[in-house]
Amino acid sequence: MIIDYVGVKEINGSLIVIDGVKGVSNEEIVDIKLENGTTRQGRVVQIEGERIVVQVFEGTRRISLKNTRTRLTGHPMEMPLSPEIIGRVLDGAGRPIDGLGDIFPVKKANINGTPINPVSRVYPKNYINTGISTIDTLMTLIRGQKLPIFSGSGMTHNDLAVQIVRQAKISGADSTNFGVVFAAMGVQKDVAEYFRKSFEESGVLSRVVMLLNLSNDPIIERTLTPRCALTIAEYLAFELDMHILVIMTDMTSYAEALREFSSSKGEIPGRKGYPGYLYSDLASLYERAGMIKGHPGSVTQIPILTMPNDDITHPIPDLTGYITEGQIVLDRTLQGQGFYPPVSVLPSLSRLMKDGIGEGYTRSDHQPLANQLFASYAKVIDARALASVIGEEELSPIDKKYIEFGKLFEQKFVNQGFNENRSIEQSLDLGWELLSTLPRAELDRVDDAVLDVYYKG
Amino acid sequence: MNQNVIYGINGPVVTVKDTDSFEMMEMVHVGVQNLVGEVIGITDKLTTIQVYEETTGLKPGDPVTGTGAPMNVLLGPGIIDNIFDGIERPLKAIEEQAGAFINRGATVSPLDTERLWNVTMQIKVGDKLEGGQIYATLPETPIIEHRLMLHPDLSGVVTEVKPNGEYKIFDTVAVIEDDLGEKHELKLCQQWPIRTSRPVKDRLTPSIPLITGQRIMDTLFPIAKGGTAAIPGGFGTGKTMNQHQLAKWCDADIIIYVGCGERGNEMSQVLEEFSELIDPKSNRPMTDRTVLIANTSNMPVAAREASIYTGITLAEYYRDMGYHVAMMADSTSRWAEALREISGRLEEMPAEEGFPAYLPSRLAEFYERGGRVKALCGDEGSVTLIGAVSPQGSDFSEPVTQNTKRFTRVFWALDKALAYARHYPAINWIDSYSEYFNDLDPWFREHLGDDFVEYRNKISALLQEESSLMEIVKLIGSDVLPDDQKLVIETARAIRVGFLQQNAFHAEDTYVPLEKQKLMMKVILHLHSKAKEVVAREIPLSKISQLGLFDKLTKMKYDIPNNRLELFDGYIEEIDQKLGELMK
Repeated sequence: MIIDYVGVKEINGSLIVIDGVKGVSNEEIVDIKLENGTTRQGRVVQIEGERIVVQVFEGTRRISLKNTRTRLTGHPMEMPLSPEIIGRVLDGAGRPIDGLGDIFPVKKANINGTPINPVSRVYPKNYINTGISTIDTLMTLIRGQKLPIFSGSGMTHNDLAVQIVRQAKISGADSTNFGVVFAAMGVQKDVAEYFRKSFEESGVLSRVVMLLNLSNDPIIERTLTPRCALTIAEYLAFELDMHILVIMTDMTSYAEALREFSSSKGEIPGRKGYPGYLYSDLASLYERAGMIKGHPGSVTQIPILTMPNDDITHPIPDLTGYITEGQIVLDRTLQGQGFYPPVSVLPSLSRLMKDGIGEGYTRSDHQPLANQLFASYAKVIDARALASVIGEEELSPIDKKYIEFGKLFEQKFVNQGFNENRSIEQSLDLGWELLSTLPRAELDRVDDAVLDVYYKG
Repeated sequence: MNQNVIYGINGPVVTVKDTDSFEMMEMVHVGVQNLVGEVIGITDKLTTIQVYEETTGLKPGDPVTGTGAPMNVLLGPGIIDNIFDGIERPLKAIEEQAGAFINRGATVSPLDTERLWNVTMQIKVGDKLEGGQIYATLPETPIIEHRLMLHPDLSGVVTEVKPNGEYKIFDTVAVIEDDLGEKHELKLCQQWPIRTSRPVKDRLTPSIPLITGQRIMDTLFPIAKGGTAAIPGGFGTGKTMNQHQLAKWCDADIIIYVGCGERGNEMSQVLEEFSELIDPKSNRPMTDRTVLIANTSNMPVAAREASIYTGITLAEYYRDMGYHVAMMADSTSRWAEALREISGRLEEMPAEEGFPAYLPSRLAEFYERGGRVKALCGDEGSVTLIGAVSPQGSDFSEPVTQNTKRFTRVFWALDKALAYARHYPAINWIDSYSEYFNDLDPWFREHLGDDFVEYRNKISALLQEESSLMEIVKLIGSDVLPDDQKLVIETARAIRVGFLQQNAFHAEDTYVPLEKQKLMMKVILHLHSKAKEVVAREIPLSKISQLGLFDKLTKMKYDIPNNRLELFDGYIEEIDQKLGELMK
């Protein structure tokens, strides 16, 4: 028996309250029909006896207490999945918007997913060659990793993401089993268009699934977008054995949507008004990266977030950093000096790097080189701080050497063309070349045996 | 009796109306899938239950049944070398049952009920047994003997004993009769509520160090067996790395590693690494002494809250057998956040930063369960608690760090600046402290000699002095300092790079015995005092620097293998000889 519930009891932001509902289940999807004939969808977020609170994805504009008929669908939010989904463009809630018709589902999956059993995970070790010196050498991206880009408004994170997609070489992956799932949350139309064009130019467009929740699309839908994207990614990776790179931009908009939803529900806010469960919520997205025993496919995530006011201690980058396996931090000063990609080396990190590099993966000198570059560049920063007080002229000779090294490092190593694809050997050799401008005794992170081979000072 | 049914649902919190049949903290089954939950609030109208699994799909009207007992764990052989989720469900068995993704309502016994254990009885008919006394033993792993203890609440006279042999965990191996004439069957396992600490005979002063093989921890900020420590640090400062190092190398008998709201890939790394690593003391894989509790950040939040208690209960159980147990909790901040999240759902009045007002008392309760004790069985055991703290925005003034600081006695503060410079372990030697110095001093003096303590104090003083000199250097550069102060900076650099920095990936450097730590300090201090004599004769410091001695000392950690400590003599001779020449 299908019952339509007429009217609503209360409306508050994107939430509506309906009374007298029987047989409803938690997180169930409801269809809301307005008098003017349009239909909206919503999700049950709270139940108290026969009184239910429903979150309306498209917003509550034009809903009155009387003009709706609500029907329970009997199932939680599900995403229709099929191999044909590759190459499609969907809206933020996973509905096709490219005019090519509905997706004929081979299966349907709950968009919330289920946690991967930790014992079923394969510890990621295969490195992805991005062709970008800083990333490959100092914060190596590993297949199955979640490595966010911490950026700020107006910086070149989009270019960097595009360059990574274009140049990423995954061993064992080719045009048939490599794919990209791109989730845009609250980005502008032309940014989404920029990504689409770039995918087209690099010839991957036919292997991209795009989910677009643009900045003027409903906010609540935005909280579904990454979940739909990851459900697609998991399907492609673990059932169709593909290697999937998921790019999610911009996580800041996502978290803000979550905050808006939380406050309209009247929840007690945590830091900066974000809900107390922001960590768990972000984790439920980021933790969906990985590899599973017995499946050749993988899900690698590159979430992009713009740090409000470039503040890395803001709750969104802060909590993200605690969940993800490292971060690539972009720096406004470097960008101001005209360097691309403006990767700020010291705060950037890849946690999975240590097991995916070295002998058998990249080159045996990779780890010591990376350690030394980090340590030496940290000294550059100290020397610069000193120079800003006493002037560069007054510095000791060794500090002057560091200043010189720092300049070269930024100009040659960090700085790289948008179309320049450097092999790992090129990047490593370049690193040694720069280190060789320093006295050998300063290289205290490297064994003598390694120095004998690579140090050319 | 009326069937209790769900009335309301809000995230992981479920309410039941009009019932008086539940107890506070009782474990309940919710819904048709029998999801596990716990009663956390009772009023005359509503009973509030937190559910340890996803509540999607639950309906008002679904049944809720009580178990009549608080949240329990099953204690018995088969715990070691296992990996559990936050409420002691074995993840390997769940994988076999449900595949790579964790489904809800999984009903798997925590311990293998079919496995046979080779039991040796330790009692005979007529023996009088007290709670906590050992009645049988069995080899759980090649290095851990599992000792079966009478439940602490029971006592009585043995009326029946089965012969030695192979038994399953639910087989009865003995029967006792208590003072009231009631008979109790003794099996290979027992239940214990996770939120109640297990009783002990006596608490002892923590006077034996937990040796970790990590120089900065052993030498500068030692922790005692039975001590409590906090490792706070922002992301990327190496909390997890430090916890892994401790779990691998510390000299506890048993390690309980709780991954509380952390990364899934990290847990798979632990699983992989620990099974490959061989414990140098026993020549067995590390997993033979390790229990993992994995509640990753995307697993249900209420179970995350329980995982800490599950871990400490397992730790106490092995402590009671007379073992030294070390428990690593990574990270207690996630646990505190789980408290906050559930507290928010209950609409409780928040205190600082949204955390509930009872956060400090919960933290205190947890850390109070550590300690070195005389167990009921008469043996000595200990639980060492090492909790990682993930302060928001690396700000140590936030509530979890501040409250943890009050209840722990060792504080290993991780420093972002050190981590950025890839100085690992990134423990800041100025902000960190250990309150166990005085308790442990006698042990160090007895086992390593008075000079160990003396060296440590000198090293510590040099680092302090350097820190204040660096304030000046930052302002005006190092050139203006007199040579004796420059020497302090130079020596401190050797200490920092050569001694405090430790490479976890280097075969020799990942674990360093105390004897080598002492000799390293000795050589560095020897060079310092000799160089001081040279500088006192107004020979410029640069002459000493040119000899390359300081650089040599920074590499001695790699150049001297752990089993060739006699090589240190050569270093002393070289220093004497080279500096002697300078002074001629």
